[in-house]
Amino acid sequence: MSTAQTTAAPKKRLATSAMIASIATADQRTTAAPFGNALVELAKSRPEIVGLSADLAKYTDMHIFAKAYPERFYQMGMAEQLLMMAAAGLAREGTVPFVTTYAVFAARRAYDFICMAIAEEKLNVKIVCALPGLTSGYGPSHQATEDIAIFRGMPNLTIIDPADALEIEQAVPAIAAHEGPVYMRLLRGNVPLILDEYGYTFEIGKAKSLRPGNDVLVVSTGLATMRALQAAEMLGKDGIGVEVLHAATIKPLDLDTIMTAAGKGGRLVVVAENHTVIGGLGEAIAAGLLRAGIAPKFRQIGLPDEFLAAGALPTLHDRYGISTAAMVQQIKGWL
Amino acid sequence: MPTLDIHAPPAGPAGGFPYAGSNVSLRERAYRIRRHALRMGEVQGQGYIAQALGIADVLAVSYFHALRHRPDDVHWEGRDRFLLSIGHYAIALYAALIEAGILPESDIETYGTDESRLPMSGMAAYTPGMEMTGGSLGHGVGIAVGMALGLKRKHSNSFVYTLFSDGELNEGSIWEGVMGAAHWQLDNLIGIVDVNDQQADGPSSAMSSREPLHERFRAFGWHTQRVDGNDIDAVVAAFDAARAARVAAPRIVICDTQMAKGVSFFETRERNHFLRVEPGEWQQAIALLDETFSGKTL
Repeated sequence: MSTAQTTAAPKKRLATSAMIASIATADQRTTAAPFGNALVELAKSRPEIVGLSADLAKYTDMHIFAKAYPERFYQMGMAEQLLMMAAAGLAREGTVPFVTTYAVFAARRAYDFICMAIAEEKLNVKIVCALPGLTSGYGPSHQATEDIAIFRGMPNLTIIDPADALEIEQAVPAIAAHEGPVYMRLLRGNVPLILDEYGYTFEIGKAKSLRPGNDVLVVSTGLATMRALQAAEMLGKDGIGVEVLHAATIKPLDLDTIMTAAGKGGRLVVVAENHTVIGGLGEAIAAGLLRAGIAPKFRQIGLPDEFLAAGALPTLHDRYGISTAAMVQQIKGWL
Repeated sequence: MPTLDIHAPPAGPAGGFPYAGSNVSLRERAYRIRRHALRMGEVQGQGYIAQALGIADVLAVSYFHALRHRPDDVHWEGRDRFLLSIGHYAIALYAALIEAGILPESDIETYGTDESRLPMSGMAAYTPGMEMTGGSLGHGVGIAVGMALGLKRKHSNSFVYTLFSDGELNEGSIWEGVMGAAHWQLDNLIGIVDVNDQQADGPSSAMSSREPLHERFRAFGWHTQRVDGNDIDAVVAAFDAARAARVAAPRIVICDTQMAKGVSFFETRERNHFLRVEPGEWQQAIALLDETFSGKTL
């Protein structure tokens, strides 16, 4: 450290974000616990819906359901294998279980139980997991940077990464109505509300364009869509037109819509996701482009193939390239 | 909530006991289950035949005494569920399902062949009467917990039986299920552990599935019994007691079995998880089984 730095006033360091920290910025509109409230609302007319969690009901907004329907909630304790097996058994007996835990535990610890007890038997279990990608500052133990890569290889499983509170509210009844297992990434707590400004309606398996643009096509999912929309506004001020195509359903992927958009000549195609660049939406689209014989200039915005650091989320999102400012900088660099 | 007596004694066919009052003894059922399994083994030239021969008595008691089921309607809501956690024992369960009239005897000729309903490792989607996909060990108890909870939600008086093995007790997921079943006081869940002291790499007692199994399950809060799993009368009594026990706890029947039981030259062969059988020996084994059952000796 240089003398100049040691004698300067110490720079205030951001503190590690709390486990249940909202990803919303101070100026954003938010909705409180959209998943828990939507599930409670849906459960009024769907008595077969039950809820399960593995000692993380409070941290996945499942506690709202548990409070509203205590006789329909099963606290399985800190036992993610049992959580998934019991959900399979409950589904076999005609219920529609919504199961919550953290994405790291579902993907890494309970994989075999989701794969063989739920997916292989096409059971109607909805696995909804908090802390997807980089939404915790606690380091690799809590950062599910590779959950989509892990789950994409699992047959029968539908994978959804909602962008905001509106989409979560709409996805809850949609995945309940869908026959078969679903893995949904969850933003919990005070969740930003943005898609209402774009006239957006969630449909399983449909990618939808949120704004047009002639220079760049960003295909994005999850909270990266929120950042991509903000980045597109900023780039627009510099005269750079950015279309944002939101692909909330990662599997089955809406390749028809994505290929049509990517084939509209001459634009830089960027895939943005809150996930490692390995095995997620970016590589899924890259393979689709190659199979379709479409060869645009193609780049990925995503997390690096590393175990990420602990720290404050704004710091980490900047460092690893998924903050709005980092997205703007990357896209400008590629043009 | 209506209270149903889940401990009611067995009733006749209308109550789901299709073989109540049958003239065929459980001993004969077990003999025939062994025979079906040997015939399947001959079709493939291989199979987990030692496990099948060892567990045949328990399966005879299950399908011809304990379980409520309708052979012509495997999805009958009033049935007792039977979860085969140990997928490689499928050959034994197929034999029991054939004997119970759930599968036709003609399926024997297809065992383990392309397009067969009887794959080498049990899967729910393939076989009528197979209630879960096993094979990745450690799943049965946890799924049984969910089904037992689901049955209670429906105010059903059906039981969930799940058959797992001493080797499978190595799996931590079993113990998550064991704790969960006790926590939820699942008196409609009956676990059956086949203790044959053999797994892929050697004796189970030399690995982490150590004795005393009885005390271990009791310590976890289960209603616990241990019997000779090749003593049909003892297994009947244990299953009856497991159903009748008026305790708010899951039940376990630990069954000590003899690998390859009933075919003496297999019983004394070098103990192995996957018994080696020479091509001509299948018919020799069937002949020995037939003569032993009919009271003649070779």
